[in-house]
Amino acid sequence: MSNAVAAEKPASTLQGATLPNWSPYAIAGGSIVMAVLIGLVGSLDSKIQWGLIAAILFVVGTYVIAARVEGSRQAKDRIATSLVWVAFLLAVVPLVSLLWTTISRGVKVLDVYFLSHSMGVVGDTEPGGGIYHAIIGSLEQVGLATLIGAPIGVLTAIYLVEYGSGALSKSVTFFVDVMTGIPSIVAGLFILSLMLMWDLGPSGFAGSCALAILMMPVVVRSTEEMLKLVPNELREASLALGIPKWRTILKVVLPTAIGGITTGIMLSVARIAGETAPVLLLVFGNPFINNDPFSGAQASLPLYIYQQFAQSAGSGAAYDRAWAASLTLIAFVMILNLVARGIARWKAPKTGR
Amino acid sequence: MSKRIDVSGLTAYYGSHKAIEDISMTVEPRSVTAFIGPSGCGKSTFLRTLNRMHEVTTGGRVEGKVLLDDEDLYGHGIDPVSVRREIGMVFQRPNPFPTMSIFDNVAAGLRLAGSYKKSELNDVVEKSLKGANLWNEVKDRLNKPGSGLSGGQQQRLCIARAIAVEPKVLLMDEPCSALDPISTLAIEDLIGELKERFTIVIVTHNMQQAARVSDRTAFFNLAAVGQPGRLIEIDDTERIFSNPSVQATEDYISGRFG
Repeated sequence: MSNAVAAEKPASTLQGATLPNWSPYAIAGGSIVMAVLIGLVGSLDSKIQWGLIAAILFVVGTYVIAARVEGSRQAKDRIATSLVWVAFLLAVVPLVSLLWTTISRGVKVLDVYFLSHSMGVVGDTEPGGGIYHAIIGSLEQVGLATLIGAPIGVLTAIYLVEYGSGALSKSVTFFVDVMTGIPSIVAGLFILSLMLMWDLGPSGFAGSCALAILMMPVVVRSTEEMLKLVPNELREASLALGIPKWRTILKVVLPTAIGGITTGIMLSVARIAGETAPVLLLVFGNPFINNDPFSGAQASLPLYIYQQFAQSAGSGAAYDRAWAASLTLIAFVMILNLVARGIARWKAPKTGR
Repeated sequence: MSKRIDVSGLTAYYGSHKAIEDISMTVEPRSVTAFIGPSGCGKSTFLRTLNRMHEVTTGGRVEGKVLLDDEDLYGHGIDPVSVRREIGMVFQRPNPFPTMSIFDNVAAGLRLAGSYKKSELNDVVEKSLKGANLWNEVKDRLNKPGSGLSGGQQQRLCIARAIAVEPKVLLMDEPCSALDPISTLAIEDLIGELKERFTIVIVTHNMQQAARVSDRTAFFNLAAVGQPGRLIEIDDTERIFSNPSVQATEDYISGRFG
């Protein structure tokens, strides 16, 4: 071996150059600065355009710099990471903005008086009043809809997963898929036609029927998925003990899946809580408190929001009430979601020792 | 009180595919019979026809007779649910009910399948857990979830659950294949004790286990690839492993195939 060559170490095939850890932040900062400059120079007014330019510069800049320093494979890896981050921000920013707007505008008139009084003594354009009647209406309509829709949905899903294998189950699956896409106003019109046929007036219960129609396919789908997740060996273990099939479903399969089923029901409830179109047609709205869902028009939160906005003639008080009602509705849905998660966790098959 | 099983001319299908063909054998009461054979030859399928679990699979169909003490299980008007109460089964992978505690798991068969007296439940659970050699390990935590036990303990829990309903016959489908050697030894000892009370049929991939545990052994094989499985030979375990009558049995035992 020649000593003269010993001084030169061959280049390592395992090691490569890497960008420092702070480089993504630096590139992000740089692209934001450049986007602001471009925005100012090109007199682009919309901050959204600045944001989009910054995002594009970030992705392109990452690729070029990384390709130079690290290599094209690492550059592609960084591209994927940066695209994911950009997508995340694009999704989160509107959500945060929505929450911020609703909270800041909603708290103006939100207080205990607002939650416990109705609009009976106050005109639509005057300040004061509350949403008690709308809360009661929403609770009763959504509650009745759940009582109707959830059991039918769960039983249908049990039939489809545990028993069905022929033409009936295939057509039921098809129609459930079709029902998932029914616009809410169509469901409302369907119930309206029945009401007109039987000469019935508006009522909270009619709204519940339309909401149940909207809720059922969602419950069927999610319950189906949860039941399919129960491993078949549990059913076999139960059947092998001599437990009849219906009891197997009731005592082994359903308790195992109950967490997911409850979550599915709660999510569908959260969805129908905000439906306005069928309520508009069938429940009509009512400024007074109506505790009976079976006779007479009722109010409901989403309908209240719409009416305050539409019939207020631009009055600031009405807008404030509408925002406060929106905040209440969002809080209502959020509480339902948290309750659903709590139930799912409580009922999940335990693994403690 | 265990019963004897007489099988004659049993053929089982999955849809139109014939899985096993024309199997006839006798299983004596209070004995352990092992089914051995290469993978895919129909041992588990045959086992499942004995307690009418084969028809639970989509397209499962059976022809032939299975007599439990002279009563044909596939006869007219026989209720499969009652059959399964008399013939219990333990599966390959332990499957305790995840939403139930240890106590509820063992009691599940009685509560959901049979009639029971509430006052007797504690005694039955204790007796079954003792019978499965699990009582000492779990007697202080009967209310803890069944899925919190180790693999070997879960399998013994499933055995306790199966024997709690006092079946006449206990079928075991490769009960030790998912377990470590120490748990396997515990379960094999258990089988030795259980055979005093029950007729036991065990499917196993492990020939040495069959030699250790069983009184009689049945060897199954496929005639050729794509053909249904058949019973090649059934005899006392000592004879099968030392001097089998059929060449195919000899080949399988000595490891020339399988």
